[in-house]
Amino acid sequence: MNKKVGIEVSLAAADAIKMANVDLIAAYPITPQTHIVEHLSELVANGELDAEFIPVESEHSALSVCIGSSAAGARTFTCTSSQGLALMNEIVFIAASLRLPIVMILANRSLSGPLSIWNDHTDVMSIRDSGWIQVFTENGQEVFDHVFFAFRVAENPKVSLPVIVNLDGFILTHVIEPIQYWDQEAVDKYLPDFKPVNTLNPDAPVTMGAFAMPGIYTEAKKAQDEALIKSKPEIIKAWKEMGKIIGRNYSPVETNQIKGAETVFLTMGSMGETVSIAVDKLRAQGQKVGQVKIRLWRPFPVEEFRKAVRNVKNIIVIDRALSFGGQGGPVAGEIRSVLYDEENRPLITNFICGLAGRDVTTDNFIDMYEMSLKMAGDKSKEEDYVMYGVRE
Amino acid sequence: MARSEEDLKWKDLETGCVVSDAGNASQYRTGDWRSLLPVWDKTKCIRCGVCFLFCPDAAIRKTSEGYFEADLYYCKGCGICVQECVTGCITMVEEEE
Repeated sequence: MNKKVGIEVSLAAADAIKMANVDLIAAYPITPQTHIVEHLSELVANGELDAEFIPVESEHSALSVCIGSSAAGARTFTCTSSQGLALMNEIVFIAASLRLPIVMILANRSLSGPLSIWNDHTDVMSIRDSGWIQVFTENGQEVFDHVFFAFRVAENPKVSLPVIVNLDGFILTHVIEPIQYWDQEAVDKYLPDFKPVNTLNPDAPVTMGAFAMPGIYTEAKKAQDEALIKSKPEIIKAWKEMGKIIGRNYSPVETNQIKGAETVFLTMGSMGETVSIAVDKLRAQGQKVGQVKIRLWRPFPVEEFRKAVRNVKNIIVIDRALSFGGQGGPVAGEIRSVLYDEENRPLITNFICGLAGRDVTTDNFIDMYEMSLKMAGDKSKEEDYVMYGVRE
Repeated sequence: MARSEEDLKWKDLETGCVVSDAGNASQYRTGDWRSLLPVWDKTKCIRCGVCFLFCPDAAIRKTSEGYFEADLYYCKGCGICVQECVTGCITMVEEEE
């Protein structure tokens, strides 16, 4: 295995896409995703990557091109953020229902308005229910590793679904980190050639994207849901195989200092690293606190999550998006639903924080921990969630 | 999808709901769209076949007696046959189950 190199995460991600030997990239530049596609366009222009780079007029076109490309049997990549994802929205759902194994890197950013280019998870939550496999990464190395993982899972004929790799905009995309590149041989071994389940082939014609009467739409959706749920064992297998090659082990739900923890923080994405430092500090003070991270957001790892929090009394759910008029953030809603039927279900406190790039420090997390001990199970409290740090 | 959609279970669907066999448009039950049903009055019908010619879905067929009737699997109840009928022998009636 190679030595670590100091490189901007976006550039490393683009290098990984190159090493994955993609056939087609269609993307439109948008902050904070820009450096990834810029570097890919350089690699194609310089002849270092033999692929089609299609500069499109919008994200709606970008993903539409990707659908055509993937349907024709090409390894296909796109990349976007925020408003770009919003403009893609219609096609995001179509890609999943067509079961086309497109890979997207989503550099997470808030949605307008007010117009903001900074990082939170509002964009990805808008397509939560689109049917894509969705994973979160915590640092540059995880982004790099998950490029190969994403193609391997997506193109697995037992899966054949599109995959989104989420990374926090700026916090990861624009930061220089030490990243261990894979050997090309290792990539080629891990990622076999793309053999599509269905292709547009004049010698064996098929219709893709057909119309469905009310008499068949429900069955189509059931089949799609089953496909996404059944992808989980294949996802776990892909992580295990990766662990054998590179020695880094990933799983759907990851824990830190969970042993003896009565309270746990729950995060997705880069905030996990900040929380881990807060957990260390609290442990040093003798607090029974730990950490749970959701890596696999869709399909949601229900059993793994229940198992991870089995002995926990109090969960601090960190949400980086808000469901307006609902009961807090989308992650907390999911967690409450997953735990509702559990015999000894833990209490939940939900903090909405880090919206549009606002810093959340280790001290903030320690503060949230102290607040949660007072709030948890307090039936007199007026709200189900706290917009942490909002100026009253 | 070589069968009527209502005979298919979710496990019968191909990955991504692709349609891999050609020529299956005939299984498309456009009759589902119908709210009014064309009915022929044989006492006025001169068996000219204008309704048969004008039906946009070729959903009118000739009976053994030479009269015409709608194939209810396909007839959308559009009423074009009523509009075109020379003698006014076709009327659209409410369809009751």
